[in-house]
Amino acid sequence: MNRRSFLKLAPFPCLGAETDAQFIVEAQFYEKLPYKKIKCKLCPRECVIDDRERGYCGVRENRGGVYYTLVHSRVCAFHVDPIEKKPFFHFLPGSLAYSLATAGCNVNCKMCQNWEISQVRPEQVRNIYLPPRKLAALAKQEDCASIAYTYSEPVIFFEYMLDAADAGHAAGVKSAVVTGGYVQEEPLKKLCQRVDAIKVDLKAFSQKFYTEVVNGELKPVLNALVTLRKLGMWTEIVYLVVPTLNDSEQEFKGLARWVKSELGVDVPLHFSRFHPMYLLKNLPPTPLETLERAKAAADAEGLHYVYIGNVPGHPAEKTYCPKCRRVVVDRVGFSVESNHLRKGKCRFCQQSIAGVWGT
Amino acid sequence: MDHKLGTSRRHLLRMCSAGLWPAPPPKSKVVIARDPMLRSPAGSLLKLLDRAMQSFFDRNSPLEAWRRLVRPGEVVGLKVNCLAGKGASTSVALVEAICERLQQAGIPAKDIVIWDRLNADLESAGFRPTSARQRIRSMGNDELGYEDDLETFGSAASLLSRTLTQVCHAVINLPVLKDHGIVGVTMALKNLFGAIHNPNKYHLNAGDPYVADVNMFPPIRQKVRLTICEAITAQYEGGPSYMPQWTWPYNGLIVARDPVALDYTGWQIIERQRAAKGMKSLKALAREPRYIATAADPAHRLGTNAPLQIDRVEAP
Repeated sequence: MNRRSFLKLAPFPCLGAETDAQFIVEAQFYEKLPYKKIKCKLCPRECVIDDRERGYCGVRENRGGVYYTLVHSRVCAFHVDPIEKKPFFHFLPGSLAYSLATAGCNVNCKMCQNWEISQVRPEQVRNIYLPPRKLAALAKQEDCASIAYTYSEPVIFFEYMLDAADAGHAAGVKSAVVTGGYVQEEPLKKLCQRVDAIKVDLKAFSQKFYTEVVNGELKPVLNALVTLRKLGMWTEIVYLVVPTLNDSEQEFKGLARWVKSELGVDVPLHFSRFHPMYLLKNLPPTPLETLERAKAAADAEGLHYVYIGNVPGHPAEKTYCPKCRRVVVDRVGFSVESNHLRKGKCRFCQQSIAGVWGT
Repeated sequence: MDHKLGTSRRHLLRMCSAGLWPAPPPKSKVVIARDPMLRSPAGSLLKLLDRAMQSFFDRNSPLEAWRRLVRPGEVVGLKVNCLAGKGASTSVALVEAICERLQQAGIPAKDIVIWDRLNADLESAGFRPTSARQRIRSMGNDELGYEDDLETFGSAASLLSRTLTQVCHAVINLPVLKDHGIVGVTMALKNLFGAIHNPNKYHLNAGDPYVADVNMFPPIRQKVRLTICEAITAQYEGGPSYMPQWTWPYNGLIVARDPVALDYTGWQIIERQRAAKGMKSLKALAREPRYIATAADPAHRLGTNAPLQIDRVEAP
């Protein structure tokens, strides 16, 4: 390390150089090919990668025919957040989540709000070394009920996430994943054995949007949602409504019908407000009436828990009992004002409310 | 015929004789210098470089040629291609020859910067990273990092290397003539992926239109003055990694200002070698470098891929 680099890193004593062995662990899902090439089997992209090259995510590298993650314990963002900020509304409401990310992502959404960490390589941002046991201890120390893998795309730091989830459980801390769901079935199944809740950012209900805005595919994400449902993993869906690009009536109705038929009416569906970001600064924030139209379409289909997000104070932030229609979890913004659930049931009518409540 | 709207035969002849008719666009000159004896004791890479430069700039001495390219006071970046390590990267020998001529042409050592993505890449190709002020500097983008604001064009949005934007006044692009397993071939246009922070995002669809889009970023368009493509040992399959079984001794350098014309010319050389070895064309393997045509289209106009518009010159 030269003097300049050292001075840059001085406030971050945990920081190591990008070649530091402490961050590098052999990847779990890949196939070796002739001539030292490998095929990544973690996400549906299935990058074929030459020696010394990286995949689309920018955080996995082929070194001499062996594939490595470069971001194990290499955390570039961490914060103690309310779990509602993820958002999870049916998972330990009112609790704190020790939230973290590494650099990298396996898609490139034009509306990404965290592109400064998701669209870069690990050596292009400042990182700290946060090994799983230390992470779990910090989460416990900060009174967090869960560790949340979020901000960028946790699928790309899969190995770290698994180890962190194990360390968390050993310390009595659960794990919640915030993902785009662009992942192959085998790793997803393995993940489900180790974590407690998964929130999927369903970016749209059309391949056109996935092609033009996300640089990914819709079908594998829908397949992942079905797999989560089959495995009994607690799942919530967020749909960021982007004006003119994924806000048609037809798309809202198609989505609601699909959720009902493939996942059931108890999966929470959050319609979130878009704000101009990254490469979509030319679009306005989502009009409130569009979000309400989306919610109305999902309500009409019979989904039990349909929310509007990023609109603090809106009545659709609250959880209503699907039977007696009374508010069972009252939220304003990210804070829970009151909770009327008793052992997962409505205090007023004893209706079971789907979720992981912890009370 | 309405002479007000069209041009009569007489009018046309009059205009041509008066020199008023717009001249056809100049052809893009691509010089290929080869030396079959390069690897023998009599061979000299410096002489080969001199032949290529004199031919390209149509000058009688190498220094005259270099002085047409750079001026004293400018910081000159040499954008090498080092990811593949020794064997399939820009060679130290070529870079040394270029540095020698640059210094003779009035560029002091302190104003020459050899750069690529990472110090580790440079080191693996034999370039010792150094940022010492009085010597030739060799530095990866990890040394100074990237700009804070995105450059965007078409489908590409990237942060540019500060070495390009803040250090170099002029850039000489030094790619290698080789196959690329995803985007077909990698030469002049593709080598500029080393100037952006997110090249891994732009290999989809065989790099089309991303390679062309990245080359549209103004600092790249404005600063890259010449490409000298190293084709001493070229590779027709298995790239960008070094696969010696698929290399052949081309013993040449390819020089052009027009990166599209150079890439088109180099691509055809690779295709001919593939055919000679009984291998399928890149098109048949779904990795035809379509980005070359895109770089020439009306939205980009980075150069020409039309064979009739390329003035291919074999250096004497």
